[in-house]
Amino acid sequence: MAIELVKERYNNAINIVEIGAPGASMIKVGGETALPFLFKEGGMPYAPVTALEILDSEPEDWPDTLRKPFGDAIKDPVKWARAAVEKFGTKLLSVRLQSVHPDYGNRSSEESVSVLKAIAREVKVPLIVIGCGDDDKDNDLLPKASQALKGKNCLFGIAVQENYKTLTATCLADGHAIISESPIDVNIAKQVNILISDMGFDPKRIVMHTTMTALGYGMEYVYSIMERARLAAFMGDKMLSMPFILFVGAETWKVKEAKESGVRQGVNWEIATSVSMLQAGADILVVRHPDSAKAVTDYIKDMMKEESL
Amino acid sequence: MIVIGELINGMYKDVARAVANREADIIQHLALEQVKDGASMLDVNMGPYSKDPARDMRWLVETIQAVVEVPLSLDSTKADVIEEGLKITKKRAVINSTSADPERMDIIFGLAKRYNAQVIGLTMDKSGVPNSKASRLELAQTIVAKAIEYGINTEDLYLDPLLLPLNVAQPQAVEVLESIHEFRLLCNPAPQVIFGLSNLTQGIKSRSLINRTFLTMAIANGLTAVILDPLDKKLMDALITAELLLNKNIYCDSFLDAYRKK
Repeated sequence: MAIELVKERYNNAINIVEIGAPGASMIKVGGETALPFLFKEGGMPYAPVTALEILDSEPEDWPDTLRKPFGDAIKDPVKWARAAVEKFGTKLLSVRLQSVHPDYGNRSSEESVSVLKAIAREVKVPLIVIGCGDDDKDNDLLPKASQALKGKNCLFGIAVQENYKTLTATCLADGHAIISESPIDVNIAKQVNILISDMGFDPKRIVMHTTMTALGYGMEYVYSIMERARLAAFMGDKMLSMPFILFVGAETWKVKEAKESGVRQGVNWEIATSVSMLQAGADILVVRHPDSAKAVTDYIKDMMKEESL
Repeated sequence: MIVIGELINGMYKDVARAVANREADIIQHLALEQVKDGASMLDVNMGPYSKDPARDMRWLVETIQAVVEVPLSLDSTKADVIEEGLKITKKRAVINSTSADPERMDIIFGLAKRYNAQVIGLTMDKSGVPNSKASRLELAQTIVAKAIEYGINTEDLYLDPLLLPLNVAQPQAVEVLESIHEFRLLCNPAPQVIFGLSNLTQGIKSRSLINRTFLTMAIANGLTAVILDPLDKKLMDALITAELLLNKNIYCDSFLDAYRKK
């Protein structure tokens, strides 16, 4: 007897967020109407994307494994950006303005923004721009960065419950999309989205970062939070209907299994984490090693073939 | 929870007057306010003073549909008046209502089938409103059987156990609560269960408090739809909170705000 698949049907779709100026290079994410790759239950109009991540200065603490593919270019963020796009073919580039952080160079906002502007001039792919992670510094840095890229429709981050107003206002003024972050907590994820939208920011311009951990460090919990948010969205919760972004690279290359165990294991750790996050509903995966980016992109292509179900 | 706004009802003098004088702005204001405050559907009732109910129904439906997009609940005892509304509703309508009397059900379910409408079935018949859970259940079963006979999907059937004023029939409130739970078990897919909340407190004091307390109890018992005044903010807050406690929505600090952004 043939076994009939039990199919779920939902009545709400994930928002579609556009990143980048209108044209061929614009990236669209979201739009799902079912859990990942369940094409018999619903659609995924836009394939998840990978983005390579670079910094605004030569990284101080990256392992050789990560530095090697970029060669000397890693010493100059503009050349590094060009390598990511031209040599490794990334369609979306994430720039972390880390050098402004007191622990990572403590540079001025102006210095960092001038690097960012040079990168934006040099590469034509859409940009994700991430602050340094220090609230005070970011509240000075990000408005300047946002203004410098006004009209380029970048994805800016990161807004958190305790610090979202400056970034929200500046993204609103300069026409950028925004990343809302919560500490692996679905209640706070929803709250940050409400706080941002209460400022008049279109919820359909928000991408969610529910925070994550690498393989082996509690990734299952991340998965369950993402799944819960996604199911609530499908049931109609507009304040959780945002696409997910995951900074897989930043998390993976922190853990010793990745950074201290030779070339392949680190890359494989990044790939395994990414692939798991795709199954949790990831829309944008920000990775650091070009080999991971390629493997994950190939995997997405395979999974997007509907017959693979 | 399906929330049907009750305020466009000719029992209210200002509404009756607005209908008589064709004052569209008054009706449209009521429609917009109710939807803004959480109504997912609007009840349309021209009340007892209408001289030409069919024409009034048509005017009301057109007037309301010009400003809001929610489905309408066409509320009349006269089938031909309901049909006037059904002809022009843009969204799938609800017929409010049929009793469990066979001849009434034949007319109403016939209309529902013809116009692909949903139906509210009142668990009462010619002998009146029942005074026990058992007799409510018997009438509910009669309505379900008839609906199935007409090929109506039971999810599109709203069973109303009928609330009576607390000061007239106090023991009935608990009978209604228990009926809600039982109604949901009558068939698969389960029917919707609905009531007009304001009936509970006709002519008594502390209406708002009693209404919202009873509503949360009813929601916990499985109520899926309700006819009420969505402009009563405390009432809507209680409804939202009850649904939250039943794990229907994900908590966040601004959960009331979040629900209203839906």
